[in-house]
Amino acid sequence: MSTTTQQSPSRRMTPKSMAVWGAVALVGAVCWTVLALSRGEEVSALWILFAALASYAIAYRFYARFIAYRVLGVDDRRATPAERLHNGADFDVTDRRVLFGHHFAAIAGAGPLVGPVLAAQMGYLPGTIWIIVGVIFAGAVQDMVVLFFSMRRDGKSLGQMVREEIGVVGGIAALIAVFAIMIIILAVLALVVVNALAESPWGVFSISLTIPIALFMGYYLRYLRPGRVMEVTAIGVALLLLAIIGGGYVEEMGLSEALTLSPEKLTLGLVLYGFVASILPVWMLLTPRDYLSTFMKIGVIVLLAIGLVISAPVLENQAVTDFALEGTGPVFAGKLFPFVFITIACGALSGFHALISSGTTPKMVAKESQVRMIGYGGMLMESFVAISALIAASVIDQGLYFAINSPAGVTGGEPGTAAEFVRSLGFTISPADLTAAAESIQEESLISRTGGAPTLAFGISLIFSSAFGSGLAAFWYHFAIMFEALFILTAVDAGTRVGRFMLQDTIGNFWPKYGDISWKPASWSASAIVVGMWGYMLYVGVTDPLGGINQLFPLFGISNQLLAAIALTLCVTLLFKHGKAKWAWVPGVALAWDLIVTMTASYQKVFSDDPKIGYFTQRSTYQAALDNGELLAPATDTSQMQQIITNSTVNGVLQALFALLTLVVVVNAVVIWVRAWRSGGLPTTEVPAEPSHLVAPSDFFATAEEKRAVREWEASQGDLVGDRR
Amino acid sequence: MRSTLARAGSGLRWYLKQATGEAKWDEYLDHCQRHGHEPMTRKEFERQRADRRENDPQSRCC
Repeated sequence: MSTTTQQSPSRRMTPKSMAVWGAVALVGAVCWTVLALSRGEEVSALWILFAALASYAIAYRFYARFIAYRVLGVDDRRATPAERLHNGADFDVTDRRVLFGHHFAAIAGAGPLVGPVLAAQMGYLPGTIWIIVGVIFAGAVQDMVVLFFSMRRDGKSLGQMVREEIGVVGGIAALIAVFAIMIIILAVLALVVVNALAESPWGVFSISLTIPIALFMGYYLRYLRPGRVMEVTAIGVALLLLAIIGGGYVEEMGLSEALTLSPEKLTLGLVLYGFVASILPVWMLLTPRDYLSTFMKIGVIVLLAIGLVISAPVLENQAVTDFALEGTGPVFAGKLFPFVFITIACGALSGFHALISSGTTPKMVAKESQVRMIGYGGMLMESFVAISALIAASVIDQGLYFAINSPAGVTGGEPGTAAEFVRSLGFTISPADLTAAAESIQEESLISRTGGAPTLAFGISLIFSSAFGSGLAAFWYHFAIMFEALFILTAVDAGTRVGRFMLQDTIGNFWPKYGDISWKPASWSASAIVVGMWGYMLYVGVTDPLGGINQLFPLFGISNQLLAAIALTLCVTLLFKHGKAKWAWVPGVALAWDLIVTMTASYQKVFSDDPKIGYFTQRSTYQAALDNGELLAPATDTSQMQQIITNSTVNGVLQALFALLTLVVVVNAVVIWVRAWRSGGLPTTEVPAEPSHLVAPSDFFATAEEKRAVREWEASQGDLVGDRR
Repeated sequence: MRSTLARAGSGLRWYLKQATGEAKWDEYLDHCQRHGHEPMTRKEFERQRADRRENDPQSRCC
């Protein structure tokens, strides 16, 4: 049961802070008004940027604080697991700002970049609203509340908490769901990379070189100068930039033929790479590449924010396109509701974060009150990345946007046919302009380069060229591709390894020997199974005549949001069990909305009569045609017909399975809610309180009072504090 | 008095050392000195940290 809750440090607001927050609110209100009223005129992207920043600031100052002190009852007199169980390894008291960086690096990836780019087909406004409102009331709430509850349970994982707090049935369903969803996420991320690198010798050249660069860094850290991470990262980044520049000369080096790879070949390459990378020792490849990708990630995000402010681009996108209302968009099928809300998963609400918030991060938190800046603040930062990506996709000419993002089956892959297709959508771009756009970034073609990465990279190169001087468009494009591919590959490595551990752990329950992570036959076979699963889904996506992104991205988005539903269900359950039913609406609002969206989307993907949306209708339409000996576009032969039939069956079954597993968890939880509600609370696995002896500030910036407290404490501790600044 | 720039510089250096885990080695040396232990070599120390990472995979999100 909860102990006495700490009083919120709620000094009454001073006149000065009232004035400051009044001004922030005013900026936000003006930006939102401009966005709401502007139609068909030139709208600057900065309105979106500042609407977001002002909204985040207010949400963080007021809502997150309310959740921390009133709903959760964070208590800094209580020792965190990092303090109690300190072992210098996984349990380790970490400076809040450093942990914020670690946590952000772990949650941010390709998701918040890709989703908003695809959702831009419905206009910039739906995406903007969902990213900002979603993060404030759902995504950041989930991350923070899960982090808090896991911290109160010594860093237990999401699956463990569901099993112990909700029930065995729910626990098993959650475990299967987490594993299956991870496979889909890995497959879709890998698909984004394949689509970005296919037929792009420059891209393949630069990305391939990251492997020897990372191996060199690993060797350096292991044998030459152990532990000098900063130094080796600087060397690695320099080599990385050389690799990007070098890619511009593949033609001159006579490599362009050899490096122009088909999507199928790239898939094979990625699968082999994924297998090898996941069984190599982490110091060789994974750890050093993680340094590189983290550095690139932070670097590009900072550059993009600066670039946006300097160049202040005008949005080319409409506020709301017709596709939002009619559901006939070529990038992905379906109407604004529910599909915008599942296409933009990361950046607004991402279930995957619950796995990070319950695991590594909670074991490193120094003081309970810091869950606000780390959980809520970290997610706001990710949301900001999503907003930047949405802007980057919305400053591109709309004709070009649709030429890049429509599947090859409809654009025909040639400038002439693509221009014609774009015209049929109601936009204009000439074949010459399509060719010129590709030439400007030294790519063979931009037509049907789906997956979001090429679009984003093109948008980033436009923004950077306008902010930092023209002439480097091709370099910036490939720089952006590198940045995305790099951390997708890191996610694939790490994800495969996590999947392997999960699989070994699960099988180890029945066959203990298999659970031994150092037993090679087990680790190799488990890796092979995991890679085989996402590799199969990747192959399904790559070869799908209907377009892999078009077919798989909804599955990815829905599964991520379903994972969020499981996490939010756990949050609601725990509030009930802790006797805080009156606050259950805080994660409850997010859960209700998430369930409405995901269940509607799942229902449509499974049962819709429209073959563009419903997987099974798609299956039966193509099956009927095949039985009659007909071919349905875009299939060009019977084997493609067969492929569409198989793929839609696989996708449909998975979709139905994910939704069912989530419902099992929710139903199991509702039983607990009712029981806890009746008895005013139930015992939980929360670890009993122990007094804390640490002193550390709560927020990004320490108050004068906190600084004084830290100084006094450090003086009283003498030498024991260790090396602090 | 240190200038603001120098303060920012040393703050950044401190942050990077902490974030990359390089500070762990300094903390360890400190610890050994306080308790009068003979410290192991940096190579051994870093190897131990790497081995721990081997069995504790960190998920990277999408």
